[in-house]
Amino acid sequence: MLPNEIFEKLRSVYSDQIIELIENHPSDSFITVNASALFEICHSLRDEAFFMFDYLMSLTGMDLGENLGVVYHLYSMQLKHKIVIKAFVPKEQPKVPSVERIWRTADWHEREAYDLIGVNFEGHHNLIRILLPYDWEGYPLRKDYTAPEMYHGMKVS
Amino acid sequence: MSEKKRLDLEYSQLDSDRMRLNVGPQHPSTHGVLRLEVEIDGEIVTEVIPHLGYLHRSFEKHCEKMTYPQIIPYIDRMDYISAMNNEWPYVMALEKMLDIKVPEKVEYIRVIVAELNRIANHQIAVATFGLDAGAFTPFLFFFRDREYIIWILEKLSGARLLYNYFRVGGLAGDTYPSFKEECLNVIEKVRKTNAEVMDLLIYNRIFIQRTANVGILTPEVAVNYACSGPVLRGSGLRYDLRKDEPYSIYDRFDFEVPVGKGEVGFVGDCWDRNIVRMQEMEQSCRIIEQALAQMPETGDVKANVPKRIKPPKGEVYMRTENPKGDLGFYIVSNGTDKPERLKARGTSFVNLSVIPEISKGYMFADLILILGSIDIVLGEVDR
Repeated sequence: MLPNEIFEKLRSVYSDQIIELIENHPSDSFITVNASALFEICHSLRDEAFFMFDYLMSLTGMDLGENLGVVYHLYSMQLKHKIVIKAFVPKEQPKVPSVERIWRTADWHEREAYDLIGVNFEGHHNLIRILLPYDWEGYPLRKDYTAPEMYHGMKVS
Repeated sequence: MSEKKRLDLEYSQLDSDRMRLNVGPQHPSTHGVLRLEVEIDGEIVTEVIPHLGYLHRSFEKHCEKMTYPQIIPYIDRMDYISAMNNEWPYVMALEKMLDIKVPEKVEYIRVIVAELNRIANHQIAVATFGLDAGAFTPFLFFFRDREYIIWILEKLSGARLLYNYFRVGGLAGDTYPSFKEECLNVIEKVRKTNAEVMDLLIYNRIFIQRTANVGILTPEVAVNYACSGPVLRGSGLRYDLRKDEPYSIYDRFDFEVPVGKGEVGFVGDCWDRNIVRMQEMEQSCRIIEQALAQMPETGDVKANVPKRIKPPKGEVYMRTENPKGDLGFYIVSNGTDKPERLKARGTSFVNLSVIPEISKGYMFADLILILGSIDIVLGEVDR
């Protein structure tokens, strides 16, 4: 299935929750969706017979200035097609529904995005830091991050 | 502080016969600096909590401050056992963004070095797994043979492990006159040792008793956890990007995708994951032989290397079949010579996340084998 077909199918079910499809060769095409409906959309992307996206390749958090973005790269083992889903949330309240219950691999990816970018995944069973120490402060991959000078009496930067 | 409080709570809820044990971070059987917090009931593992980050080097943050060619040496240091394979998806992603056509000869050399590196990676994986199970001889055999592969790669790139050999649109240098001959010699040595190891280790009765029916990973769980590479194929799923989504010139070669069949136990146990690695080495040998025969004699490997790498605004996710599984790079460009965001989807990071799921209910000694059979490199887990 091509990205525009997937977009039309999703549009027919979720109407305005699906915002737009951006196709810009040679870049990958992606579909922007409303963050509040993300869990339901992902659920049907995995379970509907014509989507069958059973394999979450990658989950990325991004800093886009005023917003934070979450990017999902999906692949179907059976139908061999791919799609990219994006959702944007404001930086002050970066709440995104967790898809950990749909794809278990999202568990660690979401913890990583929380750790480095500070996206708050609602419904995650154990949203704690994964790569940085548990008591680290701040989110290093944000563009406005400044590294602390000291950590527990040790010089860092 | 928050972590300590959380643990105290759990300790108070423990039964008197359950124990919490820390494996690592400084322990040889964790294959790097990985800490596993294990809850055991007698000898039976009831819970495993991995703690990562001891080798975190802020790879993604560094990338945002460097130009595209400067990132390649950092990528070598992710999975330092198979650095050639690591560089490939990254340069392919940039070639797609910049719309560069790679010369024929470069494609062939890339395939050959990547497959040589795949053999070297699987040799280490099976060797250290044998060591975990208590077999020392195959370890010495494999390390002896791996040296010949490393010599070839060293002559090409100048380094033993961290090659920095791929360039966007080409390679750092051409092959040397005796390259073909040496590759064929190495293949012969690899095949001879593999035949010996099949007898010594894989079909050894003690080894089968240690690994059969241990750490069974069902295909449904493997896909849900997005496992890939020999871990996924060990569970019986025939999924290999070289066949399913042929990149570069892999559609020109005749090779098979080995999968686990449950020959000595259930499908998806530790033994299956290792037999897949052994068979993949043979398939890599076949690919190298065909590539050496088809490779054009002449051609400039630097002909299409651009002077300046400045991809247009956009984003690309590119993945290739690493020895350990799918390695993906998601590059977002803002039109300058530095990436806006670069995310590496580490194969070992994703494959390791299945450990808590598949090690429950097995003996503590089996946990070490299950961890060994997944073949992780902590440089890629922590990045």
